[in-house]
Amino acid sequence: MKHFIFVAILVAILTVVVGFGLDAIGLMPELASLQGVVIDQLFRMHIWVISFLFALIIGFMLYSIVIFRRKKGEEGEGDHFEGNTGLEIAWTIVPLGIVLYFAFLGSTALAETRRADPNAQNITVVGQQWSWRFEYTDYGFSSDELRLPIDQQALLLLKSADVIHSFWVPEFRVKQDALPGDGMERELRVTPTKLGTYKLRCAELCGTQHAYMLADVIVMEPDQFDEWVEDQLASVSDDPVERGEVWYGQYGCQACHSIDGSDRVGPSWFGLYGKEETLADGTTLVVDDLYLHESIVEPQAKVVQGFETVLMPPTGQSMTDQQIQDVIEFIKSLGE
Amino acid sequence: MTNQKVNIFSLSLIRGMVFQVFGTLVGMGVVMLIRLLMGLSAWNAEPVWVGGAFIGVITFLVGTGAFRDWTKMAFGEQVSEHLEVDPNQPGWAKYFNISYDHKVIGIQYGVTSVLLLVTAGTFALIFRTELAAAGLQLLELNMFNTLIGLHGMVMIASILLGVGAMSNYLVPLLIGASDMAFPRLNAFAYWINVPGAVLVVSSLFLGGFDTGWTGYPPLSARAPLGMQMFFMGVYFIGFSSILGALNIIVTTLRMRVKGMGLFKMPIFVWAAASTALISLTATQLIGLSFQMVMFQRLFGMGFFDPAKGGNVILFQHLFWFYSHPAVYVFILPGLGIISELLPVFARKPLFGYKWIAMSSLGIALVGFFVWAHHMFTSGMAEYLRVPFMYSTMLVAIPTGVKFFSWVGTMWRGKMTFETPMLFTLGAVSIFLLGGLTGPPNATVATDLHLHDTYWIVGHFHATMFGGFIFPFFAAIYYWFPKITGKMYNEKLGKWHFWLMFPAFYVQSLGQMRVGLLGMRRRIADYDPALNFDFSHLLITIAGFVIATAVLIFIINAIHSLRKGEIAPSNPWNSRSPEFFLPSPIPEHNYTDYPFEVVGEPYDYGLADAPFVKFDSVPGAAAD
Repeated sequence: MKHFIFVAILVAILTVVVGFGLDAIGLMPELASLQGVVIDQLFRMHIWVISFLFALIIGFMLYSIVIFRRKKGEEGEGDHFEGNTGLEIAWTIVPLGIVLYFAFLGSTALAETRRADPNAQNITVVGQQWSWRFEYTDYGFSSDELRLPIDQQALLLLKSADVIHSFWVPEFRVKQDALPGDGMERELRVTPTKLGTYKLRCAELCGTQHAYMLADVIVMEPDQFDEWVEDQLASVSDDPVERGEVWYGQYGCQACHSIDGSDRVGPSWFGLYGKEETLADGTTLVVDDLYLHESIVEPQAKVVQGFETVLMPPTGQSMTDQQIQDVIEFIKSLGE
Repeated sequence: MTNQKVNIFSLSLIRGMVFQVFGTLVGMGVVMLIRLLMGLSAWNAEPVWVGGAFIGVITFLVGTGAFRDWTKMAFGEQVSEHLEVDPNQPGWAKYFNISYDHKVIGIQYGVTSVLLLVTAGTFALIFRTELAAAGLQLLELNMFNTLIGLHGMVMIASILLGVGAMSNYLVPLLIGASDMAFPRLNAFAYWINVPGAVLVVSSLFLGGFDTGWTGYPPLSARAPLGMQMFFMGVYFIGFSSILGALNIIVTTLRMRVKGMGLFKMPIFVWAAASTALISLTATQLIGLSFQMVMFQRLFGMGFFDPAKGGNVILFQHLFWFYSHPAVYVFILPGLGIISELLPVFARKPLFGYKWIAMSSLGIALVGFFVWAHHMFTSGMAEYLRVPFMYSTMLVAIPTGVKFFSWVGTMWRGKMTFETPMLFTLGAVSIFLLGGLTGPPNATVATDLHLHDTYWIVGHFHATMFGGFIFPFFAAIYYWFPKITGKMYNEKLGKWHFWLMFPAFYVQSLGQMRVGLLGMRRRIADYDPALNFDFSHLLITIAGFVIATAVLIFIINAIHSLRKGEIAPSNPWNSRSPEFFLPSPIPEHNYTDYPFEVVGEPYDYGLADAPFVKFDSVPGAAAD
């Protein structure tokens, strides 16, 4: 009996040390969303249960190792007992209760993260190798950064133009994959609660540049956000070249095509228009409006030699004809 | 003895490799011929290489002679019970040849497993060096992705072969059988791994692949050619799992010695049999999912191609239906080793034998109902998330039974701390870390944050090290004197442990720490603004310390094998029957040493209660 009292004290001390130690370190990053509140609460509970169970097993183990071990010169075997059905039943039933309770808490917390606000702002988030585009469908413009007004729920509709990506802002906690294909749009609700600039980081391996598939997420005061929206709507330029440059950023062209002649995954746009290119099958052609249009809508139709292994997504299929024309004008303006 | 000259072409391994090279060339030629006949251009790298690789694997097996006896049987010819060992060849030659002796096959599995472990570990050291600081210093991006994918899959192959080593070597010995139920199938199941592993590694030289070991489409449908080699290699290694598992199950059910009821089997056999049940019934699904992507690439079948009406989520269901139960394939044998060794070194009965035995079966069973917890953020049907959370939580119950029973076994035990016991205790503590960090991932709400981060990387490395790596080393040290007749070097063994154990904690806790703070999995570079440099440097250093420890183990094994002290036949004072045989164990195990089971396997500390009774006391048991 004496041994059990000592172990109980040891386990209690270990639990407190481990539990408070982990609390003191601060395990989670800054919290900046309403949905993350329940997640952090639940995670903290998990950490305390983990601390206790770790202390329980390690406490008994250490005690057995130090106190009961075979000392120098000792002979003989350990105590002979083969089991205890009561104990076995107890440590089957009690943990069962605990994990079912946690699963229940997990379900209610999940429901909390999915709670819908009818006034939520609709934003379509499109992932593509290797950039993000945010379509503010309520206003009719799109952006390559995600700006959100504080304390208002955003209903993000996630989709992908090519492979699977995943939307994750660590400070928001919640995460959801973006899938390619019709009817594969997925929802994620985020209510930002803290002003600041965060980073959206693609969390599903999506190819070689996966590490760099980032976007700025900026949480603003509502009036500043409204100003930004005004600016966006007003800044749609009359100049097709300027518009093309915007689409170049928003549709992810910049991930693979440089505009200064430097090497990236795809051919540079600098001095591209009017240039003679050799295709993968050996034929040559002069880059003109028609060829550029085809390459934007159906990239695999005529691949330039040296780029056979690079698969460009059919970006043009999610653009309007006007936008494609703007991009072509933008390309024409480069290296003139 | 070692000076004898050997014609290297008499060795199955060499013949097989030569055949594989020729077979691959012939296969490539055949595909080109077919393409010409179809009116296509002869050269198209992908179908030509895939066809060549497929034929190459089959010719490898033909070259080794794995089909020889079956061919003879088909033509009604006599085959001998065991292959005759050529007396002109030195002793080591049998390990490079087809052998039907389960102990030779066990060693073949084990050595191949360690070789793959070293290969996959080297891949890890390379990309860990890259990750030691933010920015790209060493690797280009495609190579980084290829290396993380290969580290994963080659490690999985290494673990599967390590499990095969333990099951093959130990199960017949522990149940008193003279060999496995199907010795030829056993040899075949080992040898198919060799060309399979060659294919997996060859992907490194054929363009690599950027998808990681999970090979999710659509990314894998557009990855370089290496992807196909990777898929096909895994496909063949999967065959080995299925066939080996069949053999273990039949052997366990049919080959037990007189008196050995199911609840008198040494506990490892329960673990091995439960493992085999999973391998036998789930492995097909990973083969299938990979084959579907292969066919999508080769023949344009649109299984997972959204443009053709395919569904990308379907792949993940098929893939995880194997790949989750597979982690129980990796850990159950290791947990069996822990249960097997604790009583020997605590000099006490195993606490709650039947509960531990049933918990292995329980984990195997529950393991089939939890796969979608890998997909909580995948965008699968949303209502599936809650039931899979509940089922996943249930895994904690049988796992908890094991931990509590181990503590019950240690309590009031007269423990001693030789190297095998150190690794066993280390395994318990590390598997505890891995196990306890599981429930937060099983809870959907918290997993929304944790999924696809380094927290997950830390969690599963803890389960793998605690559930396989540490027990595997414990088993090697424990049975080394039985396998070789020599004693390993205790001092080097302790160095191995005391380097690897703390280094692993640093590595795993470091990974969990950065993961929670926002470090994503599988990225070649990280944002310097996150201030992860120091943590990553520590993780990298810890990785190199672990590698050093493994190197010490290899030196120890080779040195002890050549110059080690002669081991007593029962150095651990074990009650298990194999420790009453001479060391090394004779070819047909118990054929010359018949025995029967007369008591309980773990009645340590009880006078006059033997587990086994030999007809005549084997000479070696006298010491």
